[in-house]
Amino acid sequence: MLNQSRPITMAVLAMGGEGGGVLADWCIDIAEHSGYWAQTTSVPGVAQRTGATIYYLEFFADDQSNKEPILSTMPTPGEVDIVIASELMEAGRAVFRGFVTPETTTFIASTNRVYSMAEKTAMGDGRVSSEELLSACEAAAKKFISGDFAEVADKSGTVISASLFGALAGSGALPFSKDQFTSAIERSGVGVKNSLIAFEKSFEIAQNSLKPKPNPVSISIGAKPADAPTANLGLTPAQELEILNNPNGAVGSKLQDLASRIKSDYPSAVTLMTISGIKRTADYQDAAYAKVYLDRLEAVKECDSVFGDGTYRTLNEVARYTALWMTYEDTIRVADLKTRRTRFNRVNDEARVGDNQIMQVREFLHPMAEEIADTLPTFLGGWLIKTKPVTNFINKLTINGMRLHTTSLHGYFLLYILARLKFIRRRSLRFNLEQERIDQWLTKILAVMPENYDLAYEIAESANVIKGYGDTHKNGWRNFTSLMSEVDKLRESKDSNAATRISKLRSAALSDETGEKLRALL
Amino acid sequence: MAERSFAAEVEKLRVGAGAEFAGEGILAVTKALLQSGVSYVGGYQGAPISHLMDVLGDAHEILEELGIHFENSASEATAAAMLAASVHYPLRGAVTFKSTVGTNVASDALANLSSGGVTGGALIIVGEDYGEGSSIMQERSHAFAMKSQIWLMDPRPNLTAIVDSVDLGFRLSEASNTPVMLELRLRSCHIHGKFIAKDNVRPSFTLKDAIENPRQDPARVVLPPASFAHEQEKLNVRWPAAVKFIKDNKINEVINDGAQDFGIILQGGLYNTVIRALQLLGLSDVYGNSKIPLYILNVTYPIIDDEVIEFAKSKRAVLLVEEGQPDYIEQNLHAVLRRADVPTKLFGKEMLPPAGEYTPAHVIKGITEFIKKYGPQLLDQNALPAVVRPSGDKPTSLETRIAPEKVHGRPPSFCTGCPERPIFTALKLAERETGKHHISADIGCHLFSILPPFNIGATTMGYGLGSAGASAFQSIETDKQVISFMGDGGFWHNGLTSGIGNAVFNQSDGLTVIVDNAYSAATGGQDILSSQADNELRSTKHPIEAAVRGIGVKWVKTITNTYKVSEMRETFKSALTGNVKGPKIIVAQSECTLNRMRREKPAMAKKIKEGKRVVKERFGIDPDTCTGDHSCIRINGCPSLTIAPNPDPMRKDPVATILNTCVGCGLCGEAAHAAVLCPSFYRTEVITNPSIWDKAKLSIRSAVIGFLQNGIERRLVGIQPNA
Repeated sequence: MLNQSRPITMAVLAMGGEGGGVLADWCIDIAEHSGYWAQTTSVPGVAQRTGATIYYLEFFADDQSNKEPILSTMPTPGEVDIVIASELMEAGRAVFRGFVTPETTTFIASTNRVYSMAEKTAMGDGRVSSEELLSACEAAAKKFISGDFAEVADKSGTVISASLFGALAGSGALPFSKDQFTSAIERSGVGVKNSLIAFEKSFEIAQNSLKPKPNPVSISIGAKPADAPTANLGLTPAQELEILNNPNGAVGSKLQDLASRIKSDYPSAVTLMTISGIKRTADYQDAAYAKVYLDRLEAVKECDSVFGDGTYRTLNEVARYTALWMTYEDTIRVADLKTRRTRFNRVNDEARVGDNQIMQVREFLHPMAEEIADTLPTFLGGWLIKTKPVTNFINKLTINGMRLHTTSLHGYFLLYILARLKFIRRRSLRFNLEQERIDQWLTKILAVMPENYDLAYEIAESANVIKGYGDTHKNGWRNFTSLMSEVDKLRESKDSNAATRISKLRSAALSDETGEKLRALL
Repeated sequence: MAERSFAAEVEKLRVGAGAEFAGEGILAVTKALLQSGVSYVGGYQGAPISHLMDVLGDAHEILEELGIHFENSASEATAAAMLAASVHYPLRGAVTFKSTVGTNVASDALANLSSGGVTGGALIIVGEDYGEGSSIMQERSHAFAMKSQIWLMDPRPNLTAIVDSVDLGFRLSEASNTPVMLELRLRSCHIHGKFIAKDNVRPSFTLKDAIENPRQDPARVVLPPASFAHEQEKLNVRWPAAVKFIKDNKINEVINDGAQDFGIILQGGLYNTVIRALQLLGLSDVYGNSKIPLYILNVTYPIIDDEVIEFAKSKRAVLLVEEGQPDYIEQNLHAVLRRADVPTKLFGKEMLPPAGEYTPAHVIKGITEFIKKYGPQLLDQNALPAVVRPSGDKPTSLETRIAPEKVHGRPPSFCTGCPERPIFTALKLAERETGKHHISADIGCHLFSILPPFNIGATTMGYGLGSAGASAFQSIETDKQVISFMGDGGFWHNGLTSGIGNAVFNQSDGLTVIVDNAYSAATGGQDILSSQADNELRSTKHPIEAAVRGIGVKWVKTITNTYKVSEMRETFKSALTGNVKGPKIIVAQSECTLNRMRREKPAMAKKIKEGKRVVKERFGIDPDTCTGDHSCIRINGCPSLTIAPNPDPMRKDPVATILNTCVGCGLCGEAAHAAVLCPSFYRTEVITNPSIWDKAKLSIRSAVIGFLQNGIERRLVGIQPNA
């Protein structure tokens, strides 16, 4: 009869430079100090340069037979006892590759995301849903331990290998005591104190996630309209409910009238969005501009109540994009936002300015003749754009960009004065152009809604392709006009799939910068 | 100096007989070389054998004590040619490189070496970069062993076995006057394990002895008629000698023969995987006590005909587990059995995948199929491992739980702060004006340019061959030029002559960008001729520009700060649009950040501790002016430049953000300027231990700016509810 004892198997999925090797070394160290045979292998190669990589370990209790066990150098799908993933998509990869199985695997995953290049380079939102990844991980594991171990490490002043090591200890999946784990960290002798802090916190996270979960108690805080979540503004349900019940409470004294109008005239489905909209437009210009905003929505609201499906989803998106469009980023806006105290505090926090430290900020600005023309009164701006020698002269001056020292007096003054130019904005070239464009867009939505509600919704959503600055903005506008002329064609031909077609074109417009994919589809 | 310091490992190399040596596979080989009385070692760095070179580089004291010469060869060809020292003298020598790419480069020298044969043991340690984690074309070193008649050892992935084969390899080489190739798979190189050490040995016949007593023998030189005699000698003398040595020393192993009327033949390197497969099928224990007879080829070339016939003839069938293609061993075994009229069935690639790495899953499937055919009673259908369970049975274990498109590939890319990234940012911007060019890439970190977000580079023909790979693109019918890239490593390896010299001689038009980051960076940051660091063992600081001018190039521009994107872009434009004919060279020079940080981080920490004023820069992005279009990422691709949920409740798309890992290289700001992107980028300078002047300025600024900010806040009253 063969000896049936098998080694304990463990795979670590990490990215180059995260300390996966350190984690593996600690595990080997404990094992060898505890009378185990231990083996680790890895295939780092060029993956050391930020690529995905796997460390594979096996442990086997020495049975004093003086015989060396034969340990595998590669994981076998379905036979891995412990899987550790340093990031959520890597966790997904572990599941995809079959290393995590419900009969065998204790699965420790850090829920932080390190976005892939494809997710990062999309013109819009290219992210893979974290919920989907998490639920796949949960379904695949025998025991699932998750937590933001990257954050734990960061807060403890160390790297993720330390917190994952703590979670591994807390999981109880290896036959070693907590002391044996911490001794391994101590023996390594590098950054011991911080590593131990991260270890302790993660140990606790792992132990807590293994406790049987109490049945969820539903906390009811009153009725919430079924269609409200369409706003999706990142607020907690309680916050949302508070605004829905009392929109006036969410705004200051200058916007009370508008808030009352929203409460009495507008469906609750769009309350959150419109309240945000009036605040944004008022912050951008003034309360009068917020009124212009709400007036613009009026006709769409009426139309949606007649031709809509009761969800007011078109109105909601119109409320979103009208506000964003009306608050287009001109130099005045940029200067305004950059000079605020809230911004200074945010930058300070981000740079982690500590005691006996001073922070300075330098902006990388690149004003072009067109942007300067944009903020000038229409006639002057128009003249500037048309007068090539002048634009060339300005562009030559600014070609290398400006590095403005915002935390110095002269730098701050410059931005401060620029921000104070709000009063000339209403007469500026760009302001009038954008108002005209917004109204054309709204007119089209209103015209289309009675004949094809879904298409009207798509037109509203299409405003999202206009974004960025300079050339990016130009390309966005070009894509938008292509979409709109396609809308016209589809209306003429009374195409029943018009909305689906525009939706597809919309994603194409957001998939690359040059509009190549969009052109290909057109 | 290499990326990693091996000071601790070097001490391990001193341990004596009976002591336990625990460490990485490639370190075990290093120790084994010292134990075997080696006289000289050379090689060219590259995964997975870089560490062997790096450790020996750090171990020069030990090497001097033992009288060993170690050098960082200029190329694998140089390394292989070094083995010429073992032709006439009883000197043991070893060289190492990445295979098959290094073996390709070395093959001229290897062919000459093996034709004439050797007196002293000549060992070629090849890091077989095959399968998962490999960065090269998937080929086998086996072909080189066969074509030049070099014996090929493929030891079990186990430190004791690897160490033993170094010693056996030298002895086999000497017994048969033939060089021996020791094949170490990727994982074997990085495996952690232990073995019992022996004392280091100083060679009895030293380099000094050889240098002072030169020998010459035309019979050992490849020139007719000796070359014809070599071929005969290979077959009639050296081959039988090798066979005898391998049999006498029982290098190949037979386990549990006679237990079944079928068996498995396997490469030594696959032993652990096969044992694991058998164990999961209930046919072996963890110590390798297999119920199935095994014949383990620790030498995969030559095949020992007698041993094969002996193992096969008593069996109905044998399964050969041979990784990679072509199936050289399988073909060889068929010939052996056919010639000996042995009717035993031989299975191989028809039960196992014809190509690709032999993972446990593949091996389990193959062996299961084989056993089902010849010994089905041995398998417990209720205890099969997950990968061979019939579908529908325990469906929960290996079903698909996640759609493949949800798990994006994560290939390696330029590190945070990498000085090579801005070169490609600049080229991408230059191409917006000059139009797209054909771009020939090379081997090195810079090859990551072929991936998103840059998508730059059409082909790569090998290390240092970037420029050569563009040499066909010469036409008098167009003014458009092609661009080629080359790293500093590849440049010194051969690119200076194969690319630049070639272009000068053929009067080729075109631009070559030489990426000079002061190290052979992709292989682990080893020094090369143009490195900027002082190195007491090597001569550095030989400028690439001087070499290029020396070989006859007239148009050379050295950019000493690649992060200056606008300057890089303008240089590209001038090279691509100017009327200058002939080869044009841009030397794009900035130090590898990985290595720079390794040096600067501790220095900065020390200064802070001493209370000195230190400024640390990093970049940031204002989320409220970022519109979420990610243009900045598409021309940059830095790991620290990523996306985050939009804090603006009205915007749906994620904003760009910069992580705390930012090293403040400056590319973000430069790119935002050069591409006229957006005003969201800012740089923070955190001053630790500020001076009195810093503090005075701060108090005035805070007072004035604070006053103005109060005004801003007053004007915004009435929009947000009162707190």
